[in-house]
Amino acid sequence: MESLFEQVAQGRIWPLQGGVHPPACKENTSGLPIIPMPLPEVLVLPLKQHIGEGGKLLVSAGDKVLKGQPLTEPVKGLSLPIHAPTSGTVIKIEAHPVAHPSALSEPCLFLAPDGQEQWVERKPMAHFCAETPEYLVSKIKQAGISGLGGAGFPAYIKSSSLRNINYLIVNATECESYITADESLIRRSAENIIQGIDVIANIVNPNMILIGIEDDKPEAIKALEQALEHRHDIHLRVFPAKYPSGGEKQLIKILTGEEVPSGGYPVDVGILVHNVGTLYAVYKAVVEDEPLISRIVTVTGEAIEHPQNLEVLLGTPVEAILSHCGFNPGKEQRVIMGGPMMGFTLPHTQIPVVKITNCVLAPAKGELPEPQDEMDCIRCGACADACPVSLLPQQMLWYAKAKDLAKTQEYNIKDCIECGACAYVCPSEIPLVQYYRVAKAEIRTQEQEKRQAEHAKQRFEARQARLAREAEQRAEKQRIAAEKRKKAMASSGASNAVADALARVKAKKAQQAAEQANTAMEPSAQATKEEAKPLTGAAAAVAKAKARKAAQAAQQTTDQVTEQTTSDEVTGKEPSKAPQEAPADDKKAAIAAAVAKAKARKAAQGAEQTHKPTAQTDEAKGPEIQSDKKAAIAAAVAKAKARKAAQQTEQTAVSDSQVLSDEDPSQQRDLSDTHKTQGALTSSTDKKAAIAKAVAKAKARKAAQEQTATFASSISDTQELTDEDKPQRSELSDTHNIEADAPEIEEQSPLSAADAKKAAIAAAVAKAKARKLAKAAEQANDEPDNQD
Amino acid sequence: MSFKIASSPHHHSMKKTPVLMRTVIYACIPGIIAQYYFFGAGNLIHIFLACLTALLCEALVLSLREKSIRKHLGDYSALLTAILLGISLPPLAPWWITVLGTAFAIIIVKQLYGGLGSNPFNPAMAGYVMLLVSFPLQMTMWLPAKPLLTIDLSFLDSLNIIFTGFSLEGYSIAQLRSNIDGITMATPLDTLKVDLGLGLTALESMSKPVFSQLSGLGWEWVNLAFLLGGLYLLQAKAIKWHIPLSILGALATMAFVAFMIAPDQTGGPVFHLFSGATMLGAFFIATDPVSASTTNKGRIIFGITIGILVFVIRSYGGYPDAFAFAVLLANMMVPLIDQLTQPKVYGHPANSKGKS
Repeated sequence: MESLFEQVAQGRIWPLQGGVHPPACKENTSGLPIIPMPLPEVLVLPLKQHIGEGGKLLVSAGDKVLKGQPLTEPVKGLSLPIHAPTSGTVIKIEAHPVAHPSALSEPCLFLAPDGQEQWVERKPMAHFCAETPEYLVSKIKQAGISGLGGAGFPAYIKSSSLRNINYLIVNATECESYITADESLIRRSAENIIQGIDVIANIVNPNMILIGIEDDKPEAIKALEQALEHRHDIHLRVFPAKYPSGGEKQLIKILTGEEVPSGGYPVDVGILVHNVGTLYAVYKAVVEDEPLISRIVTVTGEAIEHPQNLEVLLGTPVEAILSHCGFNPGKEQRVIMGGPMMGFTLPHTQIPVVKITNCVLAPAKGELPEPQDEMDCIRCGACADACPVSLLPQQMLWYAKAKDLAKTQEYNIKDCIECGACAYVCPSEIPLVQYYRVAKAEIRTQEQEKRQAEHAKQRFEARQARLAREAEQRAEKQRIAAEKRKKAMASSGASNAVADALARVKAKKAQQAAEQANTAMEPSAQATKEEAKPLTGAAAAVAKAKARKAAQAAQQTTDQVTEQTTSDEVTGKEPSKAPQEAPADDKKAAIAAAVAKAKARKAAQGAEQTHKPTAQTDEAKGPEIQSDKKAAIAAAVAKAKARKAAQQTEQTAVSDSQVLSDEDPSQQRDLSDTHKTQGALTSSTDKKAAIAKAVAKAKARKAAQEQTATFASSISDTQELTDEDKPQRSELSDTHNIEADAPEIEEQSPLSAADAKKAAIAAAVAKAKARKLAKAAEQANDEPDNQD
Repeated sequence: MSFKIASSPHHHSMKKTPVLMRTVIYACIPGIIAQYYFFGAGNLIHIFLACLTALLCEALVLSLREKSIRKHLGDYSALLTAILLGISLPPLAPWWITVLGTAFAIIIVKQLYGGLGSNPFNPAMAGYVMLLVSFPLQMTMWLPAKPLLTIDLSFLDSLNIIFTGFSLEGYSIAQLRSNIDGITMATPLDTLKVDLGLGLTALESMSKPVFSQLSGLGWEWVNLAFLLGGLYLLQAKAIKWHIPLSILGALATMAFVAFMIAPDQTGGPVFHLFSGATMLGAFFIATDPVSASTTNKGRIIFGITIGILVFVIRSYGGYPDAFAFAVLLANMMVPLIDQLTQPKVYGHPANSKGKS
């Protein structure tokens, strides 16, 4: 058994599966020479005339261009340039209907010929054999050559494949009825076509070169035989005419017995197919250095007076061609670009000729059967017999009509080449191809949507994964940090910078206070360190500021700090509390300061509570950003007040209860008790301080009860006043609340500038209040004195 | 100026469904003439009745389905069904047999399944089988060929018998079917079957007057006439060779094998090929594209199935002829056959049956 290659070499022909025999109708133009078409008034050049991407525009409206001058340059991807078909002026660049079954508008360049036919500089090159394949490929690319047979695939891509090419096949089949463009070209320029073949052969170096032509073109066959007389490396294969032998895949099967895999390209089986028109263009580009600016167009049909084969400049409107050949449109005239089987009708004649336009067909009425109403499919199977791809068109129709796209794909609708053989033979005149086109378009859309959905899904999942990862990393980081801190705490001399610094500052302050008070502050500092655990950054700063204040207060306190300091629940503000318990006049100042600070704390809490009036005053709030902000503001206000109060105490020894009494006149009764207590306090015993504390606690409880009822939701001045009361008491009664504050303050750290501003305003308000308070305090100063 | 927009292809072979149907109808003419010659005008009357019923029924259902009556009647498919049924019926069966059978074929077998192209069964054969099963007496009243008749049978006689049950002279069908000795004559296939059952050899049976050179007297000519029509259909490319050839081939092979094994128990290949409805069935009935297989390989399987079934039923079944049953049974197999015989699609591996 001979190998396939040997069989091919011996000239075996594999008959086309299926196919039809529509009347050829080529006699009108088949013997006619190619006549150059005169310059039209305007050329309309679509920027994209092939499969792939359009080029980048190089000229603009008003530019003078020379014949053969590139008008666009290829961008990356499947891209080809276009060239000026003649010399002239660029009028405009705008969207215009192009050669497309739906006559879509695409950007077109309008060129007004000047009639000079002035060429750009050319460098003809007779001996291309010495050139590298790369150079030849780039030459073919720069000449803008796309397949002239039908699909318009950029020729350079086909030829630049690195794969081993077994067969180079030249498609001279021209199986469509009416069209004689290739045939007339072969008759005229067989020699040049052979040169074009040589150029491509030089690039891809095939094992065998085959020319395939149908047996109904005897003159073209003769011309090729003559041109090939002394060439034994190129084999001419003549086979019976049958539509669609000229389909690329069909021709490959006929000449080589091989099949292009479904969804693949001929190059996948080592085959390269070029149309004779393309090869002629290759010859022109390489040998004569002329880019692709014209092509042969068969103008035929009974509505045309003088059917002929014209050499037409690309961009020539069909209108000009028809009027040149004489056009007598009838009723319901069809003008078809391409052949009767695969061509498409034009809605009007302004559409320009492009690189793939091989025929303009204007049939008279009755010349080509009019499309009729489709009838029921009688399952005759004529379509399946006609199908060159051996599909089952009837089953595909059934599923296409039912919109069962999955089933149409199962019946390999994607392998349909839309040759129209099935619809041609269908006795019920069902426009099968149209159904398949629609189904294919739907499949494409569906696939695109699926791809997009898949893409979106992937992106979403990636994002979810990233977020989860980040959250995990954060948690891990926090865990590690927490562990570190814990370790640091455990070893007590540890390295947590913030806590350390905090501790250090506190220790220092405590030391200062202790020095003055002659008391050992070690335990307190130690305690501070332990409690400062959750404090970081801003909280530390806050604590520092407080410590400073406490120090101020402490400086004024000459007396000792009572043991209560240590016995009390230790908080980060412990040092500030210590002075509170200090006896005597100086002590009072300290107390005031402490109270003020406590107020600040409570104000923060209170602010929170203003948002939740029903909440318990001594309840530790979860950090809520909004209330945090307000709390911060309130804290700032309170702090400012505290500062004022501290200043005030310097001048006047005022009991905190007096301050309170002024601040909150609604608690007069309580205050009267307090006054007495205060009087006792001033007699300077530790016990008294304890009593005072107890009293204050009682007040706080009362106030808290009251306040739950009296809280308003806005931070009005009066509200602030009541708030100021409550915090103090709360502070006294539930010191641990302050601890709960600490993380809140931490949360406040990222306060924005706006918040800072607010805080400043609040501070100003607070200052004003403090001033008021001071006045009131002065007045009240006398009262306890009197009472005393 | 704007032009007419159309979808490619802009060309058509001009071989349309109505033309196809008419071609088949024309191809029936030789067979009908032969029938008329040997069995009188009975079948002509049945064909006329059937056509009338078919058109009425089709129009009725089309109007109910709100479809274009003109367009669908114009496809000649209903007429073809009616003609085939009319040909198949016993020449002197009562008129209501035809009307009932045709109405059943058109309304139930064809239109209720979705009209032309959607019916899984051959309407003519389904109608025939319905009649055969429901009215076995009327459906087995076959006449012997005219030369064997003792009573002359004119057109008016046929007409009268069909509508009244008696000829102009008052003879019933049973009387017409009797020979000089008063013995009822049956079809050759029936005669052979009965004789073989009685213990006669095939040769002994076939010496009876109902038999002739090829098969039965008259029947051989009718079959030859339908063969002629069938060849015309093949030549006109109205049908493809796959189905008729595989039916005839399978039937002949079966008969030949049986003949080689037991020559006394069977009529032989030639007898089978030219008896009963063989040629009509092979060229006109089994080739109905709607209910036949649609792939070439499938058509051959379809044909062979029919051929084998025909032989088996003729030889061992309860009915003398078997085409209607064989065709219906094969119709049932069509979806499966089609599924399994998909051609290899270009560019797909050979063993994948075109599936991707």
